Amino acid sequence: MTENGVMSRAKVLTIDTINPTVKKVEYAVRGPIVQRAVELERELSQGMKKPFAEVIKANIGDAHAMGQQPITFFRQVLALCSYPELLSDNTFPEDAKSRACRILQSCGGHSMGSYSASQGIDSVRKDVARYIERRDGGVPCDPDDIYLTTGASDGIVTMLKLLVSGEGATRTGVMISIPQYPLYSAALAELGAVQINYYLNEDKCWSMDIPELQRALDEAREYCNPRALCIINPGNPTGQVQSRECIEDVIRFAAKERLFLMADEVYQDNVYADGCQFHSFKKVLFEMGPEYSETVELASFHSTSKCYMGECGFRGGYMEIINMDNEVKAQLTKLVSVRLCPPVPGQALMDLVVNPPQPGEPSYDSFIKERTATLSALAEKAKLTEQVLNTVQGISCNPVQGAMYSFPRITIPEKAVKEATEQGQQPDMFYCMKMLEETGICLVPGSGFGQKDGTYHFRMTILPPTDKLKILLDKVKEFHQKFTQQYS
Amino acid sequence: MTSLQHVNPRVRGIRVSPQSVLQSLGVQKPFQEVIDLSSGDPHRAGMKPVSFIRQVLAACLYPELLEDESVPLDVRLRAQRLLEDCAGGSVGSYTPSSGLLHVRQSIAEFITRRDFGVPSYTKNIYISSGSHRVIVKLLASGEEEARTGVLTPMPCPHTLPTLLDEAGVTLVPYRLIEERGWAVDLEELHRAVTTARGRCQPRAIYISNPGNPTGHVQTRESIEEVIRFAAAERLLLFVDEVYQDSVIGLDREFISYKRVLFEMGKEYADTVELVSSHSLSCTCIGECGQMAGYMEIINMDPEVTHFVDTMLCTDISAPVTGQLALDLMLKPPKPGDTSYDTYTQLAYIVRALELLNDLPGMSCQPVMGGIYVYPHLYLPSEFREEAKTLEVEADVLYCQKLLKEERVLVGAGHHGGATSSHHHLR
Repeated sequence: MTENGVMSRAKVLTIDTINPTVKKVEYAVRGPIVQRAVELERELSQGMKKPFAEVIKANIGDAHAMGQQPITFFRQVLALCSYPELLSDNTFPEDAKSRACRILQSCGGHSMGSYSASQGIDSVRKDVARYIERRDGGVPCDPDDIYLTTGASDGIVTMLKLLVSGEGATRTGVMISIPQYPLYSAALAELGAVQINYYLNEDKCWSMDIPELQRALDEAREYCNPRALCIINPGNPTGQVQSRECIEDVIRFAAKERLFLMADEVYQDNVYADGCQFHSFKKVLFEMGPEYSETVELASFHSTSKCYMGECGFRGGYMEIINMDNEVKAQLTKLVSVRLCPPVPGQALMDLVVNPPQPGEPSYDSFIKERTATLSALAEKAKLTEQVLNTVQGISCNPVQGAMYSFPRITIPEKAVKEATEQGQQPDMFYCMKMLEETGICLVPGSGFGQKDGTYHFRMTILPPTDKLKILLDKVKEFHQKFTQQYS
Repeated sequence: MTSLQHVNPRVRGIRVSPQSVLQSLGVQKPFQEVIDLSSGDPHRAGMKPVSFIRQVLAACLYPELLEDESVPLDVRLRAQRLLEDCAGGSVGSYTPSSGLLHVRQSIAEFITRRDFGVPSYTKNIYISSGSHRVIVKLLASGEEEARTGVLTPMPCPHTLPTLLDEAGVTLVPYRLIEERGWAVDLEELHRAVTTARGRCQPRAIYISNPGNPTGHVQTRESIEEVIRFAAAERLLLFVDEVYQDSVIGLDREFISYKRVLFEMGKEYADTVELVSSHSLSCTCIGECGQMAGYMEIINMDPEVTHFVDTMLCTDISAPVTGQLALDLMLKPPKPGDTSYDTYTQLAYIVRALELLNDLPGMSCQPVMGGIYVYPHLYLPSEFREEAKTLEVEADVLYCQKLLKEERVLVGAGHHGGATSSHHHLR
């Protein structure tokens, strides 16, 4: 109501009345720099003149958007599942047809349009369990421990939601690596959980450092109740692939400090560097013997969005839950049922990812060819990126051992830092904004992921096709030199 | 080790839905043996998907089909057009968080057409895989007497109470009037909101039209009443119109809340905060498993809609095939494939009503729309006693027995804890 007698109907939902935790959420990957990139694209399409011919979105880990091709077999099966009349079409190989039939058999009414059980289609969960057993050299996997999810993000948020409790000094604390994928910080902010930062060691190729984990944990115990430890391996944005020894050390640390381990392994097939190998937390845990394998609580996450599939748009994923108390598991099962079920096409796709063509099957050769081509192209681009960026004075790039990004450190001149601060911007945001306006290249500033104070970085994907990537890297080089010059 | 005491109290507080219990009983024997009529899932119950939609999606999934001349031309053209809007021409890419622009535009055009020219704008359209969850989360705030309350009809969709529990929002029940075909009663709305104040902070009213599970279709006057009520009591109007495509009977038609709001003049049209939702789970399409729907948000503070976008970012984007299916659903091909399916579907509802009303101990209000019949069950006192000793709601026990003996799964009425002397099936 108002002073001058006019009936002004104030809104029900205002910035003051909405959910306060929602206000704390920010997504660096989709934040202001992306909005500006979209604006510039629009301006370009309207004929406005710019110092560049196109906007290159090297900010988001979306392989198909950058021209990566889908796996033919997967798309054939999904098309058959979508419109089963195509089963009589002879251009589709027999193995694709039999996979499609198998998937449709497990769907209600033989249609991908039916809801599935909230935990996911039974037969898909069984196939996921078999995949995990094969991957981990026979370490057993119980399908009941598998939950299909709407991308890995859904699984991660669900687990965090399950574990957050307490008030004040007993409030749940969750350890996350810095730099980190902003989904974690956003989820923790929204849940009102305490974020406990542990720094990855940039000088040792972003490896995890137990003394640093211990430091972070001990300090956090003063003001919260640390309950979980999140690891991303291979890493986002850093690309490091943790060594087996490191993983064992982390497991021992989690066991000693009674922490629930959350292993985000969505990039498990994206390993490029010589001497690096993906070791699943589950496998290492079991190979450490019953003292650990029967006690340490672990949730591992995987998705259809990365690796060689790059099928982000399907929102397919799963999580495997190890050593969870039965009553807690019942709560988890109840929680996932609130969302009804994960999208069924994504579940079908996950089934194909864990159950790809086998030797002897008609689609095997082309499947292997496509997968190898995609992964080796990525490996090549990882190397190229590291090489070119390291030739730039003021840019220093750790080897991109895996995943899909480079996260180089950049030196920003004092003058630029000052100007950024005056404008109320993080210096690396200021840098990236300038790069966007002058070259059309969209990157994400390191401040969006977290970094040691006084250091600056950006995250750039290695996804554009090789020839475009070369041009991109040269432009970044050119820009950096100009920028340094300008602000010296 | 983590134990129950460490679990988020909010999660522990989510009620166990009788539907999920019944459903898990149904799964214990091989699936195919159980006829599931409880879960609002047309394909599971045997309805065939709309061919055109599935053909276009197949061509989008496997673009080699665009060169295949045995695929109808309109399918190929449509698939091509849709793929143009996808990053990298692939349904495997992420989309903007509020959905593909082209699809949002189609949705706005559909709404404008449906509402006889009342304009709908792309910027107010948000695609997601669970609009209800987003809005409920946005509304949630406060503790105890300051806790957000949402006026919720009894009966309501079986999924809604758990959503409210998950978000930490208080369910404020208002009874629909069975004797009047499950109509909304203004006095009952007043009673609900007045008694709720002091216990919680009512901020929104949820309503589904056509009603889920009642099948009631509101008259224009009833809709106007609800709008005036929401305006006067300062409540966000949260309307689920997913069954708008299946109104039967000659004396009732679907009118959208948006249209009525607009036609009530600027005093309401420019001020009442309205969120209307629709999805692929509607009667004629039934693509529930694709998990995509949209909401149209009217008169919301722009500072707040900014956060709607932010919340949608948690999921990154709704599944792309689902988004495309929305476009296909709302912009069907000109010759009516869809209308043939509608006709077949609705005939079943009329038959079902006749059958149920003939059974002793059952009576069912006329169903004007939607996919459910919601008959009243008159259960003998001995049966109700048995249920009491088993500590189970009588209608839930009835459903359990029906499942065991006839392998048919239906939902129990279960008005979310309200008086249990009335029993229903869904």
